[in-house]
Amino acid sequence: MTALATTTPIPPDWRDLFALTKPRVMTLVVFTGLCGLLAAPTSMNPVLAFTAILCIALGAGGAAALNMWYEADLDAKMRRTRDRPLPTGRVSRQTALHFGIGLSAGSVVLMDLAANHLAALILAFSIFFYAVIYTVWLKRRTPQNIVIGGAAGAFPPLIGWVAATGDLAILPTLLFLLIFLWTPPHFWALSLFVRSDYANAGVPMLPVVAGVSATRRQVFLYSLPMAAVAIAPWPLGLTGALYGLTASVLSGVFLALAATVLVNRATDPADMKAEKKLFAFSIVYLFVLFGALVLDRWM
Amino acid sequence: MAELPPEDELIRQRQKSGSRLTAILLFGFVVLFFAITIAKISLNQ
Repeated sequence: MTALATTTPIPPDWRDLFALTKPRVMTLVVFTGLCGLLAAPTSMNPVLAFTAILCIALGAGGAAALNMWYEADLDAKMRRTRDRPLPTGRVSRQTALHFGIGLSAGSVVLMDLAANHLAALILAFSIFFYAVIYTVWLKRRTPQNIVIGGAAGAFPPLIGWVAATGDLAILPTLLFLLIFLWTPPHFWALSLFVRSDYANAGVPMLPVVAGVSATRRQVFLYSLPMAAVAIAPWPLGLTGALYGLTASVLSGVFLALAATVLVNRATDPADMKAEKKLFAFSIVYLFVLFGALVLDRWM
Repeated sequence: MAELPPEDELIRQRQKSGSRLTAILLFGFVVLFFAITIAKISLNQ
């Protein structure tokens, strides 16, 4: 080994640092945050609006990096996550920790500067909620980890709205509730067909602890209030017919897919087409619903 | 000039791209802070 190689650790590639931010999850976070901001009844200066969305993205990225830092041992045991930068050693744990703290702190300070104290406070709380309450406290202890932890992913539309208005209101609270109730059926549909991964890693996900049938029942039961909350802004007069009809149709399809999951008896992941279908549709559901909300506000 | 061993070459390469990226990000943040300041001033007028 040469003098340089013995004294200097290999610096991480920027693509691996980017992967620490879980870019695919961030897409949904940024989109719902942007929709919360655009659905607000006040218009925001474009530079400040851009900065607020950037802060939501940076905060989500920072929280994701902290999650990967803490869960490096779990990720190494699961097929779905074992190629991530930390289990493969492409990024050191210390680098991931510094990167996560830096992004998180920077996003909160910048949000305070560009938007307002309340938006910065909610952003800080959402990062804390995901990195500490969900990752450190709940995930390895309770099968209800997703239910409570889901709140972390529900904050972005609320932050977007508060960044624009400086205040809380009923509509963003309903959007928060919608994502909160959407998260369990979304994640449990996934965990049904990758449950052996969770079992091997010792994560007490619902299908591992309570079994496949109980999880299917819970998926359907959570879908009911989720559909009600999704449609609620329309009868409450907070949105127009465009959103109302879109929410009604999409929620109907969601419930129908959740019902096919409920009646499915398959235990082999290869036969869990209904679960895979619901998982894929749940992502489209949230994207289209929030898109319709913005269109409804601006048309 | 003597060729560097592959590991040294990789370290140099990563250091170089890291420095370049840091410079771009810092420049971006300077521009962003400048734009935020202008936006805040115009809002207060």
